[in-house]
Amino acid sequence: MLKKRVAAALPVRDGIVVQSIGFERYLPVGRPEIASEFLNLWGIDEIFLLDMTATTDGRCIDPALVRRTASKCLVPLAVGGGIRRLADVDALIHSGADKVSLNRVTWDTPGFVTEVASRYGDQCVVAAADVVTGNNGSYVLFDHLTKQATDRSALEWARRMADAGAGEILINAVHKDGRYTGFDLDLINQVCAQVPVPVIALGGAGAAAHFAELFEQTPAEAGTAGNFFHFSEHSVIQTKRQLVNAGFNVRLETHADYGATAFASNGRLVKKSDETLENLLYVKIEDEVI
Amino acid sequence: MSKLNIAIVDYGVGNTSSVHNAIGQLGYNVSLTADKDALAAADALVLPGVGSFGAALENLDRNGLKDTLNELVLGDHKPIIGICLGMQLMATASHENGHHAGFDWIPGVVQRLELPAGYTVPHVGWNNVQRHQDAPIFSRLEEGVHFYFDHSYHYVTAPEHVLATCDYGIPVTSAIRKDNICGVQFHPEKSQTAGLKLFRGFFAALEARQHA
Repeated sequence: MLKKRVAAALPVRDGIVVQSIGFERYLPVGRPEIASEFLNLWGIDEIFLLDMTATTDGRCIDPALVRRTASKCLVPLAVGGGIRRLADVDALIHSGADKVSLNRVTWDTPGFVTEVASRYGDQCVVAAADVVTGNNGSYVLFDHLTKQATDRSALEWARRMADAGAGEILINAVHKDGRYTGFDLDLINQVCAQVPVPVIALGGAGAAAHFAELFEQTPAEAGTAGNFFHFSEHSVIQTKRQLVNAGFNVRLETHADYGATAFASNGRLVKKSDETLENLLYVKIEDEVI
Repeated sequence: MSKLNIAIVDYGVGNTSSVHNAIGQLGYNVSLTADKDALAAADALVLPGVGSFGAALENLDRNGLKDTLNELVLGDHKPIIGICLGMQLMATASHENGHHAGFDWIPGVVQRLELPAGYTVPHVGWNNVQRHQDAPIFSRLEEGVHFYFDHSYHYVTAPEHVLATCDYGIPVTSAIRKDNICGVQFHPEKSQTAGLKLFRGFFAALEARQHA
């Protein structure tokens, strides 16, 4: 049975992963290759490496950055930022990207999605959009260059992308970005209803419970968190353990799996008894040899 | 004990560096090559694959690799493992964007996934596989382990060739084998520890045979 995916987004500015808050404020997190290595150790299902300033600067995400990030990555790596030409895609795939995430280029040239899909297969193409709530309450695409909502319908865009051959649709709810209040479930449901391909939700995740809501109340195939995974040890494993405990179908195969650990209702770990901690001193854990 | 030499067939499409990274991590001598002599000198071949069937085949043909591989795999019985599209290329034919003839190493046809309502195509994500036959690729893995899949087409072949399937509304061929030829639909190079153990199982069996 196919599992729901718990993915991580690595938003990058000037080669450094950042914490993004409402697409307005940014705090540095660290080097993408280190973040990728840790997320891998913690059993992440997929990584999205997204250069946030590439389009503004009129360039494509740096293949050298992709190569560094891919070198320690044993899960699928999707990369995005300023990709406009087939040659960009060639360079990125050659550098270790498994998928490309196409955003701005899809607005006026959806044919590019078709072009990439026919060369690398539709499974290689993620059509991505930053979405906000427009004036009349409908969902519209957000323009990074002007920092304004456009009048382009997000739902119509998603439909066009699926028709053009995109293998997956990534929806980033800008109004949820960095808020830790959960995914925009209504938006995700509306997009899922429009397209026959997997939909990936981004924006707003700040607790395991938000992934649970997403998987329970929408057909989304994957939930993605940026900020939330970077600031605590084993964040991914703890999230997955809570999902598994609640009966969700996610992959949990890391050596440390928090099976014997209790979680408080706010998702925090409950301290083990002194006796248990004392006994831990005498448990020998062998390194796994592959 | 000398290290195995593993050659990844380089035919110009797809992400070959992940496969290179993964096998390199296991300590083997890995090369990415389209050179006939280098392929012939390798202990085992890996046929990677991301991309579309037609484009991949065109590239293999253009580089003269089709004949070379037929000679090495069918003539010399060199062990080979195909990954994703690399496995699908082993079929008799594919219906991806038209009709293309494949290597025809393991009789079968590659068809678009026709699934019950509610299942999206491509089949993308982590799925657990059910084994139907024992094989070296599974020798180091627990039952029910997950691999990363990402495909819209699947290999339809006789049960005698099917090592494993996964459930995606229908049973989807996940691993196949015939003689020295093996293929997996998923991406071991993108499947964390499970993928590394699969590679280790495949290559360790070859080492054991060499030293027997």
